[in-house]
Amino acid sequence: MSQVLFAETPTKLLTQEFGRVVHRDPLWARILLIGTASLFVVLLVLVPVAFVFVEALSKGFSVFWQAINHPDAVAAFKLTALTSTIAVALNLLFGLAAAWAITKFSFRGKSFLVTLIDLPFSVSPVISGLVFVLLFGAQGWFGVWLQQHDIKIIFAWPSILLATIFVTFPFIARELMPVMEALGHEEEEAAVTLGASGWQIFWRVTLPNIRWALFYAVILCSARAIGEFGAVSVVSGHIRGETNTAPLHVELLYNEYATAAAFSIAAILALFALASLVLKAMAERWITTDLYSDFIFRSKT
Amino acid sequence: MTQIKPKRVLPGFRLTLGFALTYLTVMILIPLLGLFAKTFTMGWHAFYLTATSARVLASLRLSFGTAVIAAAVNAAFGVLIAWVLVRYKFPGKRIIDALVDIPFALPTAVAGIALTQMYAPHGWIGKWLAPLGIKVAFTPLGIIIALVFTGLPFVVRTVQPVLASVDPELEEAAATLGSNRWRTFWRILVPEILPALLTGFALAFARGAGEYGSVVFISGNLPFRTEIAPLLIITKLDQYDYTGATALAVIMLAISFSILLFINFYQHGRAAAFRHAGS
Repeated sequence: MSQVLFAETPTKLLTQEFGRVVHRDPLWARILLIGTASLFVVLLVLVPVAFVFVEALSKGFSVFWQAINHPDAVAAFKLTALTSTIAVALNLLFGLAAAWAITKFSFRGKSFLVTLIDLPFSVSPVISGLVFVLLFGAQGWFGVWLQQHDIKIIFAWPSILLATIFVTFPFIARELMPVMEALGHEEEEAAVTLGASGWQIFWRVTLPNIRWALFYAVILCSARAIGEFGAVSVVSGHIRGETNTAPLHVELLYNEYATAAAFSIAAILALFALASLVLKAMAERWITTDLYSDFIFRSKT
Repeated sequence: MTQIKPKRVLPGFRLTLGFALTYLTVMILIPLLGLFAKTFTMGWHAFYLTATSARVLASLRLSFGTAVIAAAVNAAFGVLIAWVLVRYKFPGKRIIDALVDIPFALPTAVAGIALTQMYAPHGWIGKWLAPLGIKVAFTPLGIIIALVFTGLPFVVRTVQPVLASVDPELEEAAATLGSNRWRTFWRILVPEILPALLTGFALAFARGAGEYGSVVFISGNLPFRTEIAPLLIITKLDQYDYTGATALAVIMLAISFSILLFINFYQHGRAAAFRHAGS
């Protein structure tokens, strides 16, 4: 019985099950529901995104090209690239460590730790920036000490990095945990009995299993890191060409009524967002394949 | 008999947990504790005065009020979109599914300027609404639209997998017992998806109450009228009113945390009841 079931692909099972349901709702109801839902999504989401590109090119391609090649814009893109790369790398290390500890072992206070990891989700971005001003700003807890040693954190790139890390902190850990939980730890334990070291187990057994989930998590985290606005806005100081990230540069240009230029930078950011969604959709399919092959493997053993 | 502690087979427990805890403490816990410590230095009286000042109350009412409305709109349309995506096949389905994630990936400032420009009196959509006397940009309605945009993925993505896992046999059983479609929906499906819906609602609400980037352009930022709480924090910071900014931040955090805590307890309670019923 079980062998017959597992021979089916999961999508086949789904369509078989839902094939019965699909036919039950009358056609007019289906059309009405699908139409309303699609219209809502198109009006709310697709139109604004399309609008960004239309506005970016409204004054012609050369205006768009000049706007994104302006030295201040280039500096903003570089700063965004630098801070989001470091933030994603550090959060990746944390995400792997936390997911390993939480999914491979049982210990006291585990669910409390998971709650703490989620904490930044419910903190307003503005507050995520504020906490670093209170720590490192001129009137902050470490403000005087930092001034004495001539170290600049607030209104400089280190605070932009810290704020970005804070806001994107939970993403990678939260994406990896359910996948590593679902994969279990039998394979790793088998590797231990065969005499593999910790690093060997991680590189040869765990990493190949979670590679697409990891990729997915990194994409998600990068998209949020690149686009972060509120937290970075509080700590950056808005110095043109120096501490302005790409999203902050959009705000600056927009408030100066340089609308076409603002939308040009915005279009580049929107392109990144769209690319990340395409990559994410690809990764999602591969994750399902990975989990499914693991499922087959176990059902046969 | 003494309990034997199960031996940990896999390596790396101390290393990974140690690193995770250190990083969590340095990056998240110390900064948040610094925020709460700051409010203690200001004393109760000053805290009370800030918290009850008319401008602060107006901004909190606006932020949380618009967030509740936006989350409710997202809950209704989120269930509809999840339903359509799970249950029906139609051309362009994968595109609709992909579009749902855009608000999550699109930088908030990009969404903010696009929505503002579109809903301004001469914009793409605003010019059709202006003759009808509907003003969107620079009014609370504009804030709600921006928050519906940012909150859209939360309800859809929490309800979708739950709806997909509901056993169709439940509905078929209800139908054979003479229940009509509408009744089956309310009596069978709604109870099944309610926890996920509530989670999605709470996430959208918490996100909306603290949202800044997509709202600040469209809101108009008039004190007492269209000034959201996160913007008031920034205004206070710009005026070097650190304690005032901190007090407002602590109030916002307290409200958000208690809502999420309530949701957690509710779901924990439900899970416990489920286990009890199953045993």
